[in-house]
Amino acid sequence: MRYLFVLTLCLWPLAVWPQDWEDRQVFKGTSDGQTLRILSSTDTSYFAPIIDQYLKEHPDWSVEYLVATTAAIDQTFRKNPDQFDIVISSAMDLQLKLVNDGFALELSEIDHHDWAQWRQRLFAFTAEPAAIVLNSAAFEGQAIPQTRQELIQALRQQPDKFHGKVGTYDVRQSGLGYLFATQDARMSETYWRLMEVMGNLNAQLYCCSGEMIDDVATGKLLVAYNVLGSYAAAKQEADQRFEIILPSDFPTTMMRTGLVSKGTGQGEASEEFIRQMIAFQSNAENEASPRLPPLDISPLGARPSVISLEPALLTYLDRLKRRTFIKEWMNAVIQ
Amino acid sequence: MADIVNVSGSLRNRLTLTLIGGAAVLAVVLFIVVRGYAAQIAQQGQDSILEASVTSILDTAILRDGQVEVDFPYASLSMLGTDSDDRVFYAIYQDDTLLSGYKALPHDGKSLQNQTVHKTATYVETHVRMATASRILVGANTRTLISVSVAQTQDALQVTLARISRNVGLFGAGFFLLSVLLSFWATATTIRPLKRLTGSVTKRGPKDLSPVASPVPVEMAQLVTSLNSLMGRLDTSLRQSEDFIAEAAHRVRTPLATVRSHAEATLQRVDRDENRQALRSMIRAIDESSRAAGQLLDHAMTTFRADHLERVDVDLVEVLQELVLRLTPFAEMKDIDLVITGEDQVIIQGDSILLQNGIRNLIDNALKYSPAESEISIRVTSQPKPTIEICDQGQGFPEKDMDQLVSRFSRGDNIKGIIGSGLGLTIANDVALAHGGTLTLNNRPGGGACVTFSF
Repeated sequence: MRYLFVLTLCLWPLAVWPQDWEDRQVFKGTSDGQTLRILSSTDTSYFAPIIDQYLKEHPDWSVEYLVATTAAIDQTFRKNPDQFDIVISSAMDLQLKLVNDGFALELSEIDHHDWAQWRQRLFAFTAEPAAIVLNSAAFEGQAIPQTRQELIQALRQQPDKFHGKVGTYDVRQSGLGYLFATQDARMSETYWRLMEVMGNLNAQLYCCSGEMIDDVATGKLLVAYNVLGSYAAAKQEADQRFEIILPSDFPTTMMRTGLVSKGTGQGEASEEFIRQMIAFQSNAENEASPRLPPLDISPLGARPSVISLEPALLTYLDRLKRRTFIKEWMNAVIQ
Repeated sequence: MADIVNVSGSLRNRLTLTLIGGAAVLAVVLFIVVRGYAAQIAQQGQDSILEASVTSILDTAILRDGQVEVDFPYASLSMLGTDSDDRVFYAIYQDDTLLSGYKALPHDGKSLQNQTVHKTATYVETHVRMATASRILVGANTRTLISVSVAQTQDALQVTLARISRNVGLFGAGFFLLSVLLSFWATATTIRPLKRLTGSVTKRGPKDLSPVASPVPVEMAQLVTSLNSLMGRLDTSLRQSEDFIAEAAHRVRTPLATVRSHAEATLQRVDRDENRQALRSMIRAIDESSRAAGQLLDHAMTTFRADHLERVDVDLVEVLQELVLRLTPFAEMKDIDLVITGEDQVIIQGDSILLQNGIRNLIDNALKYSPAESEISIRVTSQPKPTIEICDQGQGFPEKDMDQLVSRFSRGDNIKGIIGSGLGLTIANDVALAHGGTLTLNNRPGGGACVTFSF
């Protein structure tokens, strides 16, 4: 019986992860040492420079990098907070709720801007706007819409052309998509009109920014709304077939955040990782490619569109609020 | 006089300590009261924000098709943002069923309507401040109670309280320091009349027993009255005893003169040596008594005149010459030369009779203690201050108790067989003091005593 118990204990990690990771990579240090386990929503290629930098300074460590969607990260981490050292996610609301619910370790040694951290536990390290990505060929010879209003007009003028060829996040699946949607809805009624128009055009729903951008590039989509501008900008370096528009009426901007699990056994190393990550992102000289956009360190007041780290982020995570919002959203988009 | 005073405690210290102690107690009370009040206000601030949050959530609760919807605004939780990023928890209950929010928040299920309840609770090992309110929703066939709780940790409140404590602490300390300074000042001010009285009594001349005339505070009036009456009685009794002595001396001197003339007459008539010897002894004893009585009179007179000093221009040289003239017969009996040197005229303000009296006693002394065939030099100068120096060639003052010699009835221990009452130097000293001067005794290096009488 006891052996069975020990066996169960040994196999436990395997039992916990029958999960399909979007990506799973181990970055080996020079020597076989301890391993930091990072749960992240950021594509590996974007985050690799940060890990490489860390391993260069701490060769006795290895990093296991696990990629999942923001919603999956939240669920997985809540179930097994002890199994991960660091959680990186673009869904600010889910991250803030993790901290609010007491899952994060206080990192008192890290000196960060007040507006870019919450409770000295959640640290923002990028500023990434939500963008509209347009297929260049489709808009050749006509004015490129710069605001949501102009986009609505463009879509209404040529419904046949755009039918089935507009896309956005499926807010039911994607935490980041839900965050962008709720913040847009909070800012302006225009969001709902846009969603209705897109719903009439049989909008395609996506889990992730990458696929949306690829589909716009290939022409499968002509317009993608609320795409991560940073991913788009990185892809544009190699692919000129699409345009990136930051809506000038109100560019919703999110900050990617990281926290250290309270259940980590490697608090110091994790804190050091977060510190290096912030330092790496604050250093505009870095030439790594692809890279995540740096944190804009100008005062928050100058850019009201940045979603601020405050308890109000819990609002749309409320079960009743979410139910209401999803219902409304589905009424608008799925027809 | 009594040099040792039985001292117990200090009025100044007691007053200062009482005031400082009072200030310390006040400062502590101030700290506790203000801090408590500030804490209450800070707590009220948090409570009212929580209440606003609860109200804004509760207001959005509606029944739609029998289902409760609570579409609360972003501001409901946004208003709870603090500098310390306090954690926020909330729970929405329909009757006793959790609709949404944090299940672990305490819920008592029977909260009052139309009234927000505030309490401090514990949520997962964290102290939180919580506000709860409820409202009844009425549907087609249903009535349902919706209750909303919003809770917040108190990190920012603690920071505020720490800041308030520090500020109030500093304020209290400042108040205390100021009070300490004021205590010292108040004590000094209170003690000042006492010091002034002490000073005025201390500064008085030895014979001044007049009542204290300067104004004193009402608390000291009784003390000063007693002091004045004591001094009055002392003055009266002193005056009475001086009068008595003068009267006695006078009464004794006159019969003595008669006795002496009879003895002299008898001396002429008796032939037997032993009888003559006895008579001579008798005459000497009579002289001694007569001289003592004379000096007692002198002393009484000096005391009286010193109390009522009349100052007129007196030429010291003139006084000296007159005295020398009068004393020359006695000096010649012992072949002593009286020599006056110095300036021709030294004018001072003083009582000529007193001065004569004092200086005569000094020259008398010099004559008495000088050996035969010697010289007594009297020197008068006006610079730097009017001074008379009388020096003899006798054996000088005894070294060891020279300061005692000016007190009454005190005589040196090297003058056996010389008639004296011990009042001569006392009289001279009193005269000098009455004129605001001093009498200095010293011995000449080559032998002989010197008395310096300076004004």
